[in-house]
Amino acid sequence: MDFHGPHPYPGKLIIVEGIDGSGKSTQLQLAMRYLKTQGYPVFFTEWNSADLVKKVTKKGKKKMTLTPMTFSLLHATDFAHRLINNILPPLKAGMIVLADRYAYTAFARDVVRGCDPTWVRKVYGFAPRPDLALYFNVPIDVSCSRILSGRAQLKDYEAGMDLHLAPDKVSSFKIFQSRILTEYEKIRHEYGLVEIDATQSIGDQQQLVRRLVDQALADYHPDETAPFQLERVVAPATELNLDPEREETL
Amino acid sequence: MSRFRYFRHHMPYLPTDACSGKLLVIEGTDGTGRSTQASMLKEWLEVQGYGVIDTGWTRSKLVGQAITDAKLGHSLNRLTYCLMYATDLADRMEYQIIPALKSGFIVLADRYIYTAIARGIVRGADPEWLRDLYGFAVVPDLVCYLQLGVQELIPRVLSTGKINYWESGMDMNYGDDLYDSFVAYQSALIHEFDRMAGANSNFVTLDAREAPDVTQKRLRNAVAAYLEEGAVARGGVNGER
Repeated sequence: MDFHGPHPYPGKLIIVEGIDGSGKSTQLQLAMRYLKTQGYPVFFTEWNSADLVKKVTKKGKKKMTLTPMTFSLLHATDFAHRLINNILPPLKAGMIVLADRYAYTAFARDVVRGCDPTWVRKVYGFAPRPDLALYFNVPIDVSCSRILSGRAQLKDYEAGMDLHLAPDKVSSFKIFQSRILTEYEKIRHEYGLVEIDATQSIGDQQQLVRRLVDQALADYHPDETAPFQLERVVAPATELNLDPEREETL
Repeated sequence: MSRFRYFRHHMPYLPTDACSGKLLVIEGTDGTGRSTQASMLKEWLEVQGYGVIDTGWTRSKLVGQAITDAKLGHSLNRLTYCLMYATDLADRMEYQIIPALKSGFIVLADRYIYTAIARGIVRGADPEWLRDLYGFAVVPDLVCYLQLGVQELIPRVLSTGKINYWESGMDMNYGDDLYDSFVAYQSALIHEFDRMAGANSNFVTLDAREAPDVTQKRLRNAVAAYLEEGAVARGGVNGER
């Protein structure tokens, strides 16, 4: 399994990417509403630490002993854990999996931290390629004003303080995020992410998102996927058992 | 001054120049007496006047304990197993191995990426992916592979009293029987090690079937031969190896 071809599963994988404050999570939530209303089986997942590495990451962050490499590898471990436990099962079962951030987040963030771009991409080689990847592009000033007005305090690693870009968190955050934007731009071309202008109104963006989602689901046939098929197979078999002629042959 | 080399992918923020130390690795499956041999070798090297720093698999401050915990809870799978090992190695690489090499120490590693790659391959991970994942590792100057067949290995491990769940590859469902699983898993590992020893020019294969002091003598001879050769190279016009 790798990033170079479509995955073999009956489900669909739709992911959103973008820097903090790009509004990607809002758009994904609205898309989820849209899909659920239509009766689709939807599964949502986001980049949250699994128990497996949560303690380690917390300790490393607190003591500021994480290096670009260990930071990257801990997140990759976390991602693998989440992929195996949360993403692959619904994908195999034929559900629509919506992921808030995916491997591309690591490609951008870890390279800005100083990891080798080729290496980071190879490490995530085990991940299935999404059926639709949306990139919410937003200028750095817009994202910063959204983030800094709505949130209490930036965390050290979130602001890229480990990179010693600036003495205070806000300036460091701005430099860090603009470098991530530069990386996203490369990734967008490399992997064909669909760009959405995140300065537009929420409604306008969502209209576009829904159109793209519809397109991505054009060849999605949930009635042919495993759990649904199972229902259909079970039903006639039960009928057969009730058939007197069938009884005799048993 | 010589430099070190990364296997496949460099750590861009850690340049490879100005490195006068040497990385020596001791590899071999469980039951070869590898750790005992490593500590005897360390003592001997120190007697010779070398500064030695020893390092071992899963001994990093960052994740060493987490790996032990995860193994106890059996919450690791093939992918996360490999990634956790890589995290452990990266932490030791940056905080221990590379700084020691740059300061002119001999770094003596009790197991290295070869163990990790062998275990990953035996568990069905893609060999190319594994080589890329551990691609940031510094290429060792010398790898001493303590070789033991599975027939010699069995009585040694049994005499220690207990076959370990992970050493038996029980996570791989070779079968329900601990002994059968142990034999199948260790045989597959030995096969991988033998293959790597044949494919890498920095490997020296040492027969580990005899008494520990005999094996230690072989190990010292191999290391001494390498270091003498290295000393000549260091004294030459072009210090780079």
